[in-house]
Parts: sequence; structure tokens; C-alpha cells
Amino acid sequence: MLAMPEPKAEIVARRAEIVAALAARVGAANVISEALRLKAYETDGFSAYRRVPLAVVLAETTEQVAAALKYCHEQGIRVVPRAAGTSLSGGALPLEDAVVIGVSKMNAILEVDFEDRLARVQAGVTNIGITKAVEGEGFFYAPDPSSQLACMIAGNVAMNSGGAHCLKYGVTANNLLGVTFVTVEGEVVELGGEHLDAAGYDWLGLITGSEGQLGMVTEVTVRILRAAEGARAMLVGFDATDVAGAAVADIIASGIIPVALEFMDRPCIHACEAFAHAGYPLDAEALLIIEVEGSEEEQDALLAKLQAICARHGPSTMRIARTAEESAAIWKGRKGAFGAVGRISPDYLCMDGTIPPGRLPEAMRGIGALAERYRLQVANVFHAGDGNLHPLIMFDANDADSFARAEALGADILKLCVELGGCLTGEHGVGIEKRDLMTAQFGPVDLAQQKRIKTAFDPGWILNPHKVFPLEHA
Amino acid sequence: MPEALTSGMEAPADEAALAARVAAAHAAATPLAIWGNRTKASVGRPVQASAAVSTRALTGITLYSPAELVLSARAGTPVAEVEARLAEKGQHIVSETPDLSALCGEDGAAEGPPTIGGAVACNLSGPRRIALGALRDQVLGIRAVNGTGEVITSGGRVLKNVTGLDLCKLLSGSRGTLAVLTEVTVKVMPAPEATATLVLRGLAPDAAVAALSAGLGSPFGVTGAAHLPAPGRLLGPGGPATLLRVEEFVDFIPYRTERLRALLAAHGTAQVLDTEASLPLWRAVRDAAPLAVAPGEGAWRISVRPSAGPRVLAALEAAGLRGFLDWGGGLVWAAGDGTEASQRAVMAAAAEANGVFWTMRAPAPLRAALPVVPDEPAPLAALTRKVKAAFDPKGILGPGRLYAGI
Ligand SMILES: Cc1cc2nc3c(=O)[nH]c(=O)nc-3n(C[C@H](O)[C@H](O)[C@H](O)COP(=O)(O)OP(=O)(O)OC[C@H]3O[C@@H](n4cnc5c(N)ncnc54)[C@H](O)[C@@H]3O)c2cc1C
Repeated sequence: MLAMPEPKAEIVARRAEIVAALAARVGAANVISEALRLKAYETDGFSAYRRVPLAVVLAETTEQVAAALKYCHEQGIRVVPRAAGTSLSGGALPLEDAVVIGVSKMNAILEVDFEDRLARVQAGVTNIGITKAVEGEGFFYAPDPSSQLACMIAGNVAMNSGGAHCLKYGVTANNLLGVTFVTVEGEVVELGGEHLDAAGYDWLGLITGSEGQLGMVTEVTVRILRAAEGARAMLVGFDATDVAGAAVADIIASGIIPVALEFMDRPCIHACEAFAHAGYPLDAEALLIIEVEGSEEEQDALLAKLQAICARHGPSTMRIARTAEESAAIWKGRKGAFGAVGRISPDYLCMDGTIPPGRLPEAMRGIGALAERYRLQVANVFHAGDGNLHPLIMFDANDADSFARAEALGADILKLCVELGGCLTGEHGVGIEKRDLMTAQFGPVDLAQQKRIKTAFDPGWILNPHKVFPLEHA
Repeated sequence: MPEALTSGMEAPADEAALAARVAAAHAAATPLAIWGNRTKASVGRPVQASAAVSTRALTGITLYSPAELVLSARAGTPVAEVEARLAEKGQHIVSETPDLSALCGEDGAAEGPPTIGGAVACNLSGPRRIALGALRDQVLGIRAVNGTGEVITSGGRVLKNVTGLDLCKLLSGSRGTLAVLTEVTVKVMPAPEATATLVLRGLAPDAAVAALSAGLGSPFGVTGAAHLPAPGRLLGPGGPATLLRVEEFVDFIPYRTERLRALLAAHGTAQVLDTEASLPLWRAVRDAAPLAVAPGEGAWRISVRPSAGPRVLAALEAAGLRGFLDWGGGLVWAAGDGTEASQRAVMAAAAEANGVFWTMRAPAPLRAALPVVPDEPAPLAALTRKVKAAFDPKGILGPGRLYAGI
């Protein structure tokens, strides 16, 4: 179990006073303090850890976020920013002495401009909500985390979230123009704006992925893109992981960058097939889903080239979608992968390391050996083009020993990623989950540098405490 | 052995020597000017420093893995060397780094070609910025020496990484005022097989930006969108030229250009240029060659939302400057008299359009007297000071280069 800080007794004792003060600033209707309603906020997508917060503010305006932050800053009260609460690293996990400031009520689309190809939205708009607002004109917002129906743009900015299509379109940071940012002192500033690139320091780049450590985001201006004419997927099965890895390397070397290049291992193929009946080959050790975009003829040409490349590696199965429906069928299993694993195991931990893609075979062998040592099952899904691994560790939360082994296995897998030249997290963030592993990737000088930046923004370290930085550093 | 340079710059032989040099300057509280090869000497405010330190001796590509789309190079490696190495494998850095030596090098200041560290430190990107991202978006990892002489790292060599605060982006564009970059790792991509350019002639800037927006908002993959009011020798006679670039596999080019031509029919009849004609044209746009800057003149970049570009250009022309548009209208390049009046016109036009500006070239007294980038509102200016101090507590790295007194 990860160590959690002792709540500050003097803050907890002032609870009624704090709730009243917040209500005076943001309106009583926007403050939650009843035990039953608070419970809804006790955890996020990393649900093994739960802490009921002191109070929850659901702000309706930037000014209310600013007023709540200013008060908490002056009073030395900890703050946990929250959007949809789908974080898989415990980024939005509350603390008993902390006020959660949520942006879920701020869900208006403020401006859409197709000529300038941008949309300005409030921070609580869902990821899919942006695409829904622009798809009528053939546009979309590119980063597409699998949680996109629920997760909100504020959470995406805080985590610098990615998705299956970021090999071509980039992650959140590459698709932002500006944010409205509230400092811990309650000052409201614009970082970036409607234009490209920063003239001074790149505040927008620093804030993106900063996991609620530096301040709060209340509005976001994103770039919207015109969707390609069409897209189609192919599915290729291989008898060995190494061979699938070699095929991936050949694809990239050929000059084709598919929009998506996803990998699944045998346990994952089986779980997904049982769940989605997508027609996945159950005899394969590794499966690639490759998607290309363009006109019909361009898709045909690209798929033919990919087929020729894969054929050189002796695939056990190869299926090319001829229609959008066939593509959807190929994607169906992959998109349901987390749910599918959830059906075969009472609980699972979704890990998120990145490795250099060339080290895939070693990573797979290493993960296999570790899983055996900890006596647990692991299913692997993997954004193969960019090396972002998602091992799903299956365990039983009712069995404390199984959970302890799952956590230890997860930590060892992430350390393996770092040893192979990769990193602890490709898109889910450090949160509380990987906090204590930071020393595996960063030396003391690097961590101290990051902490000085944190202090420059948040001198009292009240924002999202006990996350990102190892506990002894907090 | 440190080389003797005409400018008197010191060039530490490796990262450790550079770190020791910075640590000594920190201990003595003596400011340092930080350079690569001084090809962008006129970008930013003049620095008051007793010594100048260059990364030019830190050279060499330390990692190149084409199948993993990643390359690392020491900061002083010439951009051209990186590009040549990538070209051997048919790859490139998508943000197409401009070579501004001719525009921004003070007379005789440059000690060599532009370096990759200098490019990152200025976050310089060419026409593909509008479609595929800035140089800062390609930076995956950095090594750098902060203002106390410590070697810091951020990011790594993988394409997806959200571990800890993103110092790669913070240091990109910080012009050596937070830390001296010693090595950068960038994402690389397959270079296109072929390039085509659609050219519309005779459009006014607002009509041109409407055409560029139509192209950029199409599904046909426009990767460059510029408008040259006076193309001069770059194209034949015919007045202003509006350019849209497509880069693809050879086989895909005819379809893309035909569809774009049809789409743009309402804006005019587009002529199509092939790869051979397109490459020098876009290199010229990238390097701001259409400005044709004369000695003594100033040059500026202004970034605004694309639809505001024509308005900014008109305001600058009214103030006696000339310019052209890139990034679909969102980047205004301007040149003219290197005077306070010009500088103030640029500042006013950028502010009116809710955008930002960079002084790329102007006489040193002017760059010392007036902001070279917009002043920040008070809360951000306070953060700039605090973050600067978090890297460089004694303010020895390029003091005053971005903002007076910081
Ligand atoms: C089934 C499932 C699939 C997923 N798939 C993906 C995927 O494909 N790719 C991916 O990248 N992630 C994925 N995730 C993880 C998660 O959805 C993302 O991290 C998402 O961006 C979180 O958004 P949220 O709105 O839920 O934010 P929350 O969980 O509420 O918060 C996330 C972080 O942002 C901070 N924060 C929230 N609001 C603000 C604000 N206004 N200002 C400052 N900081 C704030 C919080 O403190 C926290 O640290 C998945 C999660 C689930 C459950």
C-alpha cells in the first residue's frame, strides 16, 4: 500500500467554518459537505485508494475557482483539483483535510471557429463533447483517450492525455492553443491564447501534464482538425511477439506512419475475443491493429503496402477491412479491452509505461517473467508505434495479498520500462500511483529542479499534495 | 582545448566543462552570454555579460534510431548535419527549422552554421508549424546545465512521456536564460516522397487567408499555407502569390492537388508546381527570404489567429513596413526601418490582434530600449521571475535577453 499523509487535525477540526466560508464565496449550492454526497468523490479511476474529502466545491465560473483557491491558499488548506475523476494514477484522489475543487459544472462550449480551426471550451467539457460540437462540419479534436466519453478537457490538460491516434496527431500538448489559468493565489491569467507559440516562457507547455500541481485550468482553447476522407483498419496475427515487433519496425522504416498501430498479446486477444466476438485469431501470440487514412484509393494503396510488409514476417492471420463496418469490427475488441479484462478478473491495475519500441521483445519477456514471479496474470495492450505499454495486471481486491503482489508487480514492470530506456508513464500521469517510483527515473538534482518550479507556483505546496513527487520530498 | 574564437566566446569541450564554467560564474556571480554559433545574435535584447559561453564544441549525433523515430544530438551540432543524417534514411524533423543566419546574424558575429541547441532554445519552426507542430512539439528529451552549474535532464528518448514536469517545453524557446541546453532528443518522421504547391495569383491578403483556410480546413493534408504580397524573383510575374503545399507519396499527389484545385476554384485558378519548383520556394518562405531585408532594417515575427493576419499586415504597411504571411495567415513576418516607430507599430498591431511578437532583428539600442517580446501581465511577470530564480538564482544566464532586468 502507498503511504498516505496524516490529515492535519487542526484543518479537519475547522470543517464547519471552512464549509461556511467557501459557501460565502461560491454559493452554498456549489459546496458539497454532506457525508453521503461527499462519498461520491472519495476516489477516481485508481479506485484501490479512497479518502473522503473535507468538502467539495463544484465551481460554475472562473471567478468561483479563483475565490475558492484564494481562500484555501490564505488558510493553508490543501486543494485537490478534479474534473471527471477518471484518472488511473490517483491524480484526483482526495485527502481528508483537502477541499476538492471540481470543474464538472463548467461544461459550456464558448466558441467554435472553423476558419481559424479552434474551439474555446470550459474546462468541464468532455473530450468527446468537443468533437461532437464540431463533427457536423467534418472536424474533430484529435487526442482521443479511451475514456473520452467521460473524461474532461481539464483532466486531459492536467495529464497531457494521449489516445490511439496520437502517433499521427500528437497528444494533448500538441493540440492546445491556450488556457485560462488560476494561480494558487487566485489570480486569473491567460497562458497562450488564440495564436501559436509562446513569446516568453512556454507556460502552456509547462502547465500541460503538470497534474494539478501548479494551478487550476478553467477554460481551454484547442485546435480542431478536419477529419480525413476515410479510415480503414487491418488486423494481423503473428506466432511470436518478436516477429510482431519486427513487423512494426519495418512499417515505420517504410515511411508509412499509420494513424494507429496497436498491439495485443495472447491473454489480451483471448479476453477481448470472449467479450467482443470480433473474430480475433485465438492461436496468435500477438495481434496488430493498423489503421490508415485517406481517400478510398489511398487507403487501398497504403493497406497493400502494409500487407506486403507484414507478409514478409509470416503472419498467421491477415485481414483487411473493406468497409467502415469491417473496420469497426476489428476495433471492437481493442476498444473494449479494459472492459474485457474486467470480465475475466475481479479487478485489474492498468499500468502505463513507455519503452523504445525496439525493446518490445525484451519487455514482453521481462513482464512475463515478473508476472510468473508474482503469481499473477497480465494481459498486454500496447500503442506499438510509440512504445506506450498498458500491461493489465489481474488481481482480487478482496485478497490483500493478491493486491500487494499486484502493486509490487506493477512497480517492477515500470522499473523495467525505465531500465529499457523508457519511462514510468506515457499518458496516465504519475499521480499517487507512481509517486515513489520517480527516483527510478530522475536523480536528486532533477527532482530538486522540478520541486523548485513547483514552489515557484505553489509556495505552500497546497495543490494536489502527496502526488507526483516522492513522499519524502513533499 | 577551448578554441579561440573571433568573438572571444569560450567553447567548453564537453558538458562537464560547461557545467564547471557555469558553476564558477555562479560562484562569482558573473553573468554569461549563452550562444551556439551566434547566428541569431540580433534576436532578443543585448546581454550585459563579462563573458560569453558557446555550446559549439558540444557536437555529434549521439543516438539515431530510425525505426523508433528518435534522434539525439549534442547542442552544438549543426542543424544541417542533423538534417543530412536524417535524409540518409528518408527522415526529417517535421517543424523544418528555419535558417535565419542571413536575417538575424549581426555582421560578422556568426561563428558557424545554426546549431540544433540554438534552434530549440529559440523554438524556431517553419511553414509546417501550422499543420504538424512546432519544434518544441518534437523535443522529447533534454540535458542542460542550470544557472548553478548542475546538469539537469527532462523527458527521455521515447515518444510518449508524461513523467514529471515537462521541462523540455519550458526550456524550448527560453533562449538559454533558464539553463544551457547540452543535448536534445527529438522526434523524427518519414520525409515526404514528393511536394506540390498550388499557387493562386493576385489575391488581396484577406481573400488569400480565406483560400488558405479553405485548404487547411480540407481533408487533403495541406502542410504549408503562405501568402506573399510581393514574391519578387521567387515566382514569375503576376502579383501577390498565395501558396498551399501538399507533401505525400508520389502516387497520391495528383489526386490531392486536383481535389484542392477544385476546392479552391472559388478563390481563383491554381497553378501547380512540382517538387523541384516547390522545394526552393518553401525554403525561402521558411527562412523569411521574401522579406529581402536590407542592412540597417529591422525584422519581426507576429503570431495571431490566422484570420487576424491580414489586419495586422495592413496596420504594419500603414506604418511603412512590408511583410508576408505564413501559417495560414497566423504568422506575420515584417521588415522595415529599424526604428522605434516601426517597433511600436509591431507592438501595437500584435496587441490589437491579441497575439504576440518577437523582435528578430533591430539595432541594439532599440532592442535594449523596447521590449523584444510582449511584456507579461503582473502575475505572469512574477512567475517569470520566480521560475528564472528556480533555475538560475543569481541571474547569470543571459540576463536581460528576454526581459529587461530578468
Ligand atoms: C477506462 C479508462 C480508459 C482510459 N484511457 C486513457 C487513454 O487512452 N489515454 C489517456 O491518456 N488516459 C486514459 N485514461 C486516464 C484518464 O481518463 C485521463 O487521465 C483523463 O485525462 C483524466 O481526465 P478527468 O477529467 O477524468 O480528470 P480527473 O481524473 O478528474 O483529474 C486528472 C488530474 O487532473 C487534475 N485536474 C483536474 N481538473 C483540473 C483543473 N481544472 N485544473 C488543474 N488540474 C486539474 C486532477 O487533480 C488530477 O491530477 C483512461 C481512464 C479510464 C478509466
